[in-house]
Amino acid sequence: MRIKCPHCGERPSEEFSYLGDAGPKRPSSNDPASMDDWFDYVYLRENPKGVMQEYWHHSGGCRGWLVAERNTETHEFISTVSAREFALRRSS
Amino acid sequence: MRYSIFSLLANSLSQHSRWTPAWREPEPKAEYDVVIVGGGGHGLSTAYYLAKEHGVTNVAVLEKSWLGSGNIGRNTTIIRSNYLLPGNEPFYEWSMKLWEGLEQDFNFNAMVSQRGVLNLYHTDPQRDAFARRGNAMRIHGVDGELLDREQVRDMLPFLDFDNARFPIRGGILQRRGGTVRHDAVAWGYARGADARGVDIIQNCELTGIRVENGRVAEVETSRGNIRCKKLGLAAAGNSSEVARMAGIKLPIESHVLQAFVSEGIKPFIDEVVTFGAGHFYVSQSDKGGLVFGGDLDGYNSYARRGNLPMVEHVVEAGVAMIPGISRVRMLRSWGGIMDMSMDGSPIIDKTHIEGLYLNCGWCYGGFKATPASGWCFAHTIAKNELHHLNAAYRLDRFKRGYMIDEKGQGATPNLH
Repeated sequence: MRIKCPHCGERPSEEFSYLGDAGPKRPSSNDPASMDDWFDYVYLRENPKGVMQEYWHHSGGCRGWLVAERNTETHEFISTVSAREFALRRSS
Repeated sequence: MRYSIFSLLANSLSQHSRWTPAWREPEPKAEYDVVIVGGGGHGLSTAYYLAKEHGVTNVAVLEKSWLGSGNIGRNTTIIRSNYLLPGNEPFYEWSMKLWEGLEQDFNFNAMVSQRGVLNLYHTDPQRDAFARRGNAMRIHGVDGELLDREQVRDMLPFLDFDNARFPIRGGILQRRGGTVRHDAVAWGYARGADARGVDIIQNCELTGIRVENGRVAEVETSRGNIRCKKLGLAAAGNSSEVARMAGIKLPIESHVLQAFVSEGIKPFIDEVVTFGAGHFYVSQSDKGGLVFGGDLDGYNSYARRGNLPMVEHVVEAGVAMIPGISRVRMLRSWGGIMDMSMDGSPIIDKTHIEGLYLNCGWCYGGFKATPASGWCFAHTIAKNELHHLNAAYRLDRFKRGYMIDEKGQGATPNLH
């Protein structure tokens, strides 16, 4: 697999480390009433067969975080954006 | 027909032209008492024990491909019961006991070989951790021996004991551990279940689950709809996909794990040996090939094939442990999809939907668990309650804070 880093261009996957699904949103509250949201965030996963968005860290390169869209059935990378860009798009 | 030396002799008279198929290929019926999704090791053993131990024979096992095409035929065939935690150890030891009597029980040669499983240690803290695990095993009545460097050297003189980074100081040995011919496990359970009336339906993919008034009512499949009173999901890497059909989101990620076999060489490694400094495990098959594997590739995957960086990583670990294999040629590699749970331990449980049962989260330790998994799942389905051996494997343990985290990694499925 080759991953297109927004800063460094296309690089081999072994330069990157994997965090996982970018879907779950960290709850903003510490209120015990939000524990179900925390449970969902920490433990439950959609685990899709097909396209998913996921966090990768260019740990052996620019050390930037990015979000890639990848097909879990074929390992094909569809697009990548910086994690910052992803967060801004998601919150807007 | 019962397989024996006599049936072999009798069939030799007809030059082996009269052997009958080991199981039928029935058309699905309109309704079953129990439908099991997944014709792999766990699904088939569940059907077998449902019929044999609980007298529940109106059962169908649905397999989307051919029988045993998934992880039961893709693993590195290792069996062991060398766990630390109380929720795990009695379960895996029961599995080991079932392995020990399995071939007589289901009348099929599964080549159960208790050749020993040796985990190497390289540092003092690792030795202490292994001693602790060995003591935990012995408290549960399981065999475990802590070996020093010279005892390991007697067994495996060709290991790199003086490796500059990871010198081998000893190991923990479970003599009752070993290997089993994995395909034969699927075939033996399938044949045993079929003989007791279970319908094994291949090329039948689950496409939907219909729930009526909080109860499982029907499954939709590529070969038509089938009504059922109870439904057991044992779909391994596809667990999230099938649970989604019932509206259940699981604490599971699917990851690819690769395994490898080398060209056949003369008898070399008698035991199963694992490297303690990296993730590498190896045994030698009866055909002479070294069967080995290592870590997950590390990213979510349903592809059943991995990538080259992990091939290189596994081989590096292997050569660090046994420099002599550096020029052995690799024959084949393949991948399987692991249902990685959030604490590294499995789930065998009921669900909030009446009549729907879950068997998943085996990570990459499912093969050794095949008999006990089926045994406990059959009990859970037949009696609608958990057996004490799978009492800790509940789906809600993550919410309640009762994780069984053997490795202490936390909610990081790709690191278990």
